[in-house]
Amino acid sequence: MKYSDEYRDPALVERLYAGVRDVAAGIDAPVTIMEICGTHTHAIGRFGIKSRLPDTVRLISGPGCPVCVTAVEDIDRSILMARLPGVILTTFGDMVRVPGTDGDTLERARAQGADVRVVASVMDAVKIAAAEPQREIVFLGVGFETTAPTVAATLRRCRERNVRNFSVFSVHKVIPPAIQVLLDDPLLSVDGFLCPGHVSTILGVDAYEPIPRRGKAAVITGFEPADILQGVMMILTQIATGKVDVEIQYGRAVNREGNPVARKMMSEVFRPMDARWRGLGKLPGSGLALADEYATFDVFNRFDIPTVESKEVAGCLCGGVLTGRKSPADCPLFRTRCTPAHPVGPCMVSREGTCAAYYRYY
Amino acid sequence: MCLAFPGKIISIDENNQAVIDVEGTRRETSLDLMDEAVTIGEYIVCHAGFAIHKVDEELALEQIAMLRQLLEDEI
Ligand code: SF4
Ligand code: SF4
Repeated sequence: MKYSDEYRDPALVERLYAGVRDVAAGIDAPVTIMEICGTHTHAIGRFGIKSRLPDTVRLISGPGCPVCVTAVEDIDRSILMARLPGVILTTFGDMVRVPGTDGDTLERARAQGADVRVVASVMDAVKIAAAEPQREIVFLGVGFETTAPTVAATLRRCRERNVRNFSVFSVHKVIPPAIQVLLDDPLLSVDGFLCPGHVSTILGVDAYEPIPRRGKAAVITGFEPADILQGVMMILTQIATGKVDVEIQYGRAVNREGNPVARKMMSEVFRPMDARWRGLGKLPGSGLALADEYATFDVFNRFDIPTVESKEVAGCLCGGVLTGRKSPADCPLFRTRCTPAHPVGPCMVSREGTCAAYYRYY
Repeated sequence: MCLAFPGKIISIDENNQAVIDVEGTRRETSLDLMDEAVTIGEYIVCHAGFAIHKVDEELALEQIAMLRQLLEDEI
């Protein structure tokens, strides 16, 4: 891939490790840095970064994967929808394996005859709608500010073209309320945040301003080893000098104002709603429902979806893992009953889930 | 899940759909979310079938140069 070899240059990476050690040596107290994004968790594991940082620098994982934070009742409701006659349920790959109540999954629904299809883009779901006009195509939309605009742009096109057999179950979530919860958590002592790269392509820096206001460091960081190490070094430098701010390490994909076109489309097609996050509970204004002008594309206006009694998998510590309070190793099911091949909890499903990353790399 | 990758624009059609080249494979990408104009030959960052950012080639190279300089300055 273009622009990645340079960021894996071993000599460069070694120098950055040395730089991290130097800056860390000038800080008296141990430093805890949370990566919010699951792709960072994955990359940190894959490149073995944790074990090579000084003992005083600790990296912990946060609620960074929309697959992991999808509430169990949303999974249960999507399974119900998939089982409705005439429906084709479409979604991204990881979602089909996320366990709902009693371990039920979309994958299992499919094995029992439901028409569940994995797509790489919401546009692919609309193509299915065009190809199968007699069926009702439901898109289970998950994702943060990177992904929600793609659904917004697609729905605008669908409205223009008067597409009638396509609807969206929006479980999209936005990042700022989750950051606020982390900042307000008295049990979590984090000194700095590695902020997600591609979410920030859309959001820019504003969304993270509350972090320095709380005296904590924030650096928007890319996903290659040199990116992550430079991000860590920038966080340590902020802490060492006492000048905390939101800085951008990942300048090749992020600028300060983000992508205003994408944000505008998002705000036109969606409206904020209270949403339940696995692990964090119900957060005001943290979800995206369809705006009134797009109500015909809302699954809830199209189908009668009964309320369900959902429950979390017994014994799964995902809630603690997603808030950085627990490590996967603290979970008695980790590596025993819960593995990537047979995930019990959502954090084991996606490659970006904290438990899956720890399973592979630690 | 919100991983995105750079690709080079090969063609753009009248529906604002581009074909991009990512390491030799072709992918269809919508340009509806782009906040600046792009043309054939330029690089964009693509996520889930949508271009979300123009990759400033110069900036990318500059960042590499900056990193190399750090390397020379012994940080
Ligand atoms: S890349 Fe996006 S979806 Fe994936 S873990 Fe990071 S923030 Fe979450
Ligand atoms: S190991 Fe499995 S059950 Fe335990 S917290 Fe992780 S995902 Fe949940």
